[in-house]
Amino acid sequence: MDRFDPLIASGIAAAIPLVYAALGELIAERAGVLNLGVEGMMLVGALAAFATVAVGGGVTIALGAAMLAGIAAAAAFAVLTLTLQANQVAAGLALTILGTGVSAFLGRGYVGFRAPASFEDLPIPWLSALPVIGPLFSLNALGYAAIAMLALTAWFLFHTRTGLALRAVGESPAVAHALGLRVTRIRYAATLFGGAMAGVAGCYYAVAQFKMWQEGLTAGNGWIALALVVFAAWRPWRTALGALLFGGVTGFGLYLQAAGVQVSPFVLGSLPYLATIAALVAVSASPQLLRRHAPAALGKPFFEGD
Amino acid sequence: MIRLARRPAPSRVMLWGSPLVAVALTFALGAAAFAAMGQPPLGALHALFVSPLSDLNGVAELLLKASPLCLIALGLAVGFRSNVWNIGAEGQMYIGAVFATGLAIHFQERWGVWMLPAMIVAGIAGGLAWAAIVAALRAHLHASEILVSLMLTYVAALIVKYLVFGPWQDPAANNFPFTVSFEDNALFTLLANYLGALEGTRLNTSVLLTLAAIPLAWVFMKYSFAGFQLRVAGDAPAAARYAGHSEKRAIWIALLIGGAAAGLAGVTEVAGPIGQLNDRWTPGYGFTAIIVAALGRLHPAGIAVASLLMALLYIGGETAQVALQLPRAIAYVFQGLLLMLLLACEVLVNFRLQWTASIRSSQAA
Repeated sequence: MDRFDPLIASGIAAAIPLVYAALGELIAERAGVLNLGVEGMMLVGALAAFATVAVGGGVTIALGAAMLAGIAAAAAFAVLTLTLQANQVAAGLALTILGTGVSAFLGRGYVGFRAPASFEDLPIPWLSALPVIGPLFSLNALGYAAIAMLALTAWFLFHTRTGLALRAVGESPAVAHALGLRVTRIRYAATLFGGAMAGVAGCYYAVAQFKMWQEGLTAGNGWIALALVVFAAWRPWRTALGALLFGGVTGFGLYLQAAGVQVSPFVLGSLPYLATIAALVAVSASPQLLRRHAPAALGKPFFEGD
Repeated sequence: MIRLARRPAPSRVMLWGSPLVAVALTFALGAAAFAAMGQPPLGALHALFVSPLSDLNGVAELLLKASPLCLIALGLAVGFRSNVWNIGAEGQMYIGAVFATGLAIHFQERWGVWMLPAMIVAGIAGGLAWAAIVAALRAHLHASEILVSLMLTYVAALIVKYLVFGPWQDPAANNFPFTVSFEDNALFTLLANYLGALEGTRLNTSVLLTLAAIPLAWVFMKYSFAGFQLRVAGDAPAAARYAGHSEKRAIWIALLIGGAAAGLAGVTEVAGPIGQLNDRWTPGYGFTAIIVAALGRLHPAGIAVASLLMALLYIGGETAQVALQLPRAIAYVFQGLLLMLLLACEVLVNFRLQWTASIRSSQAA
């Protein structure tokens, strides 16, 4: 059994940031906002976190900085799409291009350094020694918080009035507006939450997993998180399941390498992307199913002034 | 107070005016950023975007960079018209380059003058093949073309890396990741060979392909039935369905044209200024072309102008590296900023800005 522990551990490590990013995007999409800028928001979050620890800040401050950076990026997107009625797909792409560029530009001085502070694993005595599920009990603080975040998001979405209002806005903004809900305000809040969560994911990469900064550190995981939301049919707990599957694919590659199997690193590197495509195809093959789960007003602008 | 009021019909003036406003704002913000960094703003802008064009070679380099951008954007614009978001042109370009390179390094000593034409066909086929995966998954299995095309871009980049670090690596390269250099028959001819005035520039005949593609794209969108179907599919999907236009067909056409253009652009690069395949031959042409298509309003003439502007940003980025010791990523900052501002200014096409004395008076009205 021990042989598989590293596989499970690396799978979970790869899954945690995906859970954060996907949960944030899930909330935004449930409110009808399709933000394709997750990758860009994650990158600015990652850089903000790394820069914070690089100048001597602690990991908690780094987490705050990453969330703020993610929120700032999401705010730019929100102004474009929710106030200025720009196309959400184009604005999301713009955010990713800008976030990639800004983080590469501002982060040039941090390349090649190791993070002086990082989130360390906090194993729970006894539980972490269990076979198979042991790795679940030796996460770092962000890892445990991710589980709490999953529960919190599911509870918020399906068991609170605000969650109901948010879903109403994503299903039918016109009806929600007629009922007196502040559609634009709710969508702003959901989008900014998505930015904060993407920031946390970025922070995880920079000061928990890789403990360094480089251009494009997040390697397309923002896009994988977007696919996860579809894969999870816009349900919080299922994002965890999907993230673990994706993490497992990544972990499997590392495991093979560690076991001395001769596989090209380029083949292993492509596994998460191919798995994403396979997962997308699997859940999209039935359009009726997809249409029933997807928020009806996803990606459609709503102008309150009409 | 400023509030937005929807125009009864989109403003034609603003349709073309808003990109100009966005470009002006981008450069203004750029100047402000330089000032904040302690650089003289106008001097820095001049150094980045004007002085590189002061000689023939600078202009030639501009055209050389604009050419692949223009080609890809022309292809992408067809798809964007019909609301098919192929954002994986970068990957389709990689595979086009891979197909062409595969032929070149294996047959360049044997195929003589047929080498380059064969590479062009192979490159287009490569782009088509990579885009066809997206089209098949989107049209028949309903998978998001946005995510699939992007995932395939990462895969394509890894394929290139695998090849140039592995089987296709130049044995004399000391483990550096590149293939052997192409022979003359696997390269586009330099225009200087025909036109003495261009002596010393790297401009080659592939630029002529782009020049030919611009009117071709225009005719296709404006006069062909397929182009009409694509436009209807994008502007009024319900009408397209009612008229019996096949949605699947539109998706296939949109993606295949984008893929073909991207694949061709890949050939023009590896068989042009690069002259080999390596792991970092593109500065992201496939992604920048998305901005070019949007900035050019999906119109071939607009795209041609926009590709020159984005090429200028690339050149500015390279100059910044040399002259101001700024990282090249500054080009991407400008690009992202420009696209953001373009989208922001687009509000002026469909909305008017209304000045109102206060919220209360506007509600009373």
